[in-house]
Amino acid sequence: MIFTFTDEQRELAATLRRFLQDKSPSAEVRRLMQTEPGYDPQTWAQLAGQLGLPGLVVPEKYGGSGAGPVELAIACEEMGRALLCAPYFATAVLAVHALLASGDQAAQEEFLPALADGTSIATLAVCEDDGAWTTSGLRTRARRGAGGYTLDGRKSFVLDGHTADLLLVVAQADGGPSLFAVPADADGLGRRLLDTLDMTRKQAVLSLDGVPARLIGAEGSAAGVVERTLRLAAVALAAEQVGGAQRCLDMSVEYAKIRMQFGRLIGSFQAIKHMCADLLLEVESARSAAYYAAWAAEEQSDELPLVASLAKALCSEAYFRAAADNIQIHGGIGFTWEHDAHLYYRRAKSSELMLGTPSEHREIAAGYLIDGAAR
Amino acid sequence: MEATASSVRREARDWIEENFDPQLSLRAWLERLADSGWARPGWPAGWYGRGLPPDLAALTYAEFNRVDAPGPPAGLGVMLAAPTIIANASDDLKRQFVRAVLVGDHLWCQLFSEPGAGSDLAGLQTRAERDGDEFIVNGQKVWTSMGQIADYGMLLARTDPDVPKHRGITYFALPMNQPGVEVRPLIQMTGESGFSEVFLSGARVAASAIIGELNGGWAVAQSTLGFERTSLGAATGLGFRLTAPGGSRFLQQQEVSVGEFIAAAKTNPRSFGTGGTAMTTGGIAGLVRLAAELGRERDPEVRQQIVRLYTLSAANGWNGQRASAALKAGGRAGPEASLGKLMASRVARQWRDTASLIAGPLGMLAGDDGPLGGRLASQLLATPGPSIYGGSDQIQRNIIGERVLGLPREPDSSRTMPFRELKVGTQVSGEQS
Repeated sequence: MIFTFTDEQRELAATLRRFLQDKSPSAEVRRLMQTEPGYDPQTWAQLAGQLGLPGLVVPEKYGGSGAGPVELAIACEEMGRALLCAPYFATAVLAVHALLASGDQAAQEEFLPALADGTSIATLAVCEDDGAWTTSGLRTRARRGAGGYTLDGRKSFVLDGHTADLLLVVAQADGGPSLFAVPADADGLGRRLLDTLDMTRKQAVLSLDGVPARLIGAEGSAAGVVERTLRLAAVALAAEQVGGAQRCLDMSVEYAKIRMQFGRLIGSFQAIKHMCADLLLEVESARSAAYYAAWAAEEQSDELPLVASLAKALCSEAYFRAAADNIQIHGGIGFTWEHDAHLYYRRAKSSELMLGTPSEHREIAAGYLIDGAAR
Repeated sequence: MEATASSVRREARDWIEENFDPQLSLRAWLERLADSGWARPGWPAGWYGRGLPPDLAALTYAEFNRVDAPGPPAGLGVMLAAPTIIANASDDLKRQFVRAVLVGDHLWCQLFSEPGAGSDLAGLQTRAERDGDEFIVNGQKVWTSMGQIADYGMLLARTDPDVPKHRGITYFALPMNQPGVEVRPLIQMTGESGFSEVFLSGARVAASAIIGELNGGWAVAQSTLGFERTSLGAATGLGFRLTAPGGSRFLQQQEVSVGEFIAAAKTNPRSFGTGGTAMTTGGIAGLVRLAAELGRERDPEVRQQIVRLYTLSAANGWNGQRASAALKAGGRAGPEASLGKLMASRVARQWRDTASLIAGPLGMLAGDDGPLGGRLASQLLATPGPSIYGGSDQIQRNIIGERVLGLPREPDSSRTMPFRELKVGTQVSGEQS
């Protein structure tokens, strides 16, 4: 039933929240964001071993939990709330969905079990230097030779691309945009960590110079694979944004109840109280949109392409506003390095611009709502 | 046995099968409906309801709407007065008023706001002074819907000016048809008149018509305002699509048969489907059509704003669905339930701003000369309404901040000083005769 969580789903949220309070407190986020790998292998192993989370939406026959978009949304919301530093979005959302969407059973059998049990990290490399999540105008080329395919070019904005064992790379082949698997130790592959606004989620640039690669799915089939993957990833990211936005609101309200100025708690001033009330409206509306989109994905509804974009646009803007207003409500202390407000502000802005900006998603929605295009 | 969606639906269907008869007079049908509990199945079983939770009650309306069955007269009686009386009044008053609302004997209006008491409703100055078994009422009320035709008013009046403002107010059921009550139409900024001003000069109300306790009216008013907030928020469209005429001045209209009434309502769509509160919706169809007519449907800014409008409106609907899903699951609705009114006024503003963006200079034109058959201009003028009526956006934010988020109240010395010493509105008051 839409908008009604099962006991198991509520339990997943509660268990994960406890786990993250223990394993991903602010001090740990701050430690990891300043390391190059950007995650703790032991925590990652526990996330897989104890909670089975990397394989949440991996079918049971490949060693996963066989859960759906609603469970994934729950997991992402909690991780967003805790700013978990881990290659979760890259592996469990982008790479898993891309492999599932590819329909390539041999690749699924080969790669998914190791992703599900956490022994392997993977990512999806779609963007090039302009950061657009599109398969049109790709400059990275795939050439078919006697020994198979080789890739040449540059992929950028690759989430956890510097630590992933398996890189799923979208490149232009003769038959059109195609998906390829590249192992991290392939000849001719260069990887460099990018300096990013959001230090809690790492991004890398990949240089490909005659890198041998394995075709996933049919040649020329990557446009559809990427489109389906992005839709589900947008829903998961929207849920992650809700978790972060809620945390920002919570921080604001907690602070407004303890900070005294002019002999009063600042939360008693309407200037602050009304900001908080408006944020609640933003956050709750974002939550409703993210959950609605998750259920639309669960039910494979025809509405999904529209509501995935509406949710991504709405949740992106709600999160950024919550993160920015959280700093404002905190005043001077909120502008310091030691306060966590900026970590959320960085994540909010970065995730707003990732997987399509709000304007781009609204334009996608306009295609359905105004042009009535049956894409 | 626990009521379920299917058991309730079946029960309603069976009852309709047995009892709905287009040959009945409208009056007889309304009585049958009221006495069965199906007119308002969400009300308590002992008081003309069936004690159903909101989501199940909503399902039953769908069954009645399937056969176009007319419901009780729309308006503040069903929406506010009767629920308030059921929750707060003596059984005598419940017997006097609840059924009368459902069968249409009484139309109600609300006598809360005053020229000097809007957001600070507790600062109201209308006085009610004891005279034997009656009270004599003097003062002025404003923003009264249906004032000209109402039979009773939900009146808040000051009965003790020597205590702090919240503690000296009493809630009365005031008979409107008497010499001390004068109703004048109030013209809004739109040029229309949907409200009245009510002048009370020596109006009389029986002491037995107090709803709740003497000087305990503030708590009763809060329960009315609670019913008002829920009905102005996301939960629209619940209820009978077709509603019967009512009020003592219109009782002869109930002499027609149910069948004749339905046929007439269908040929006159103006009266058909006006059961809900008319509010600006987030509908984008008109705007998309207008953009296409003006060749602006490819304009990126227009497209962005139309989608923003659709998103806000959809989110408001999803918030409402999520709240009712939480209620249905046996829990309490979360914070999303209290946001509908604030969101509704935001949706109205987004509609206005998007419409005028699309219209450009044509937005200067109104009536038959204006875009969308004049609807653009009339909506543009109506838009400031939703963020003021039923508690302004600013008051809603206070309520959300304090009751949902638990933020501290603004320090307010007016809460503790005797009303007599207060300054109220734009006049120095508390000392008037």
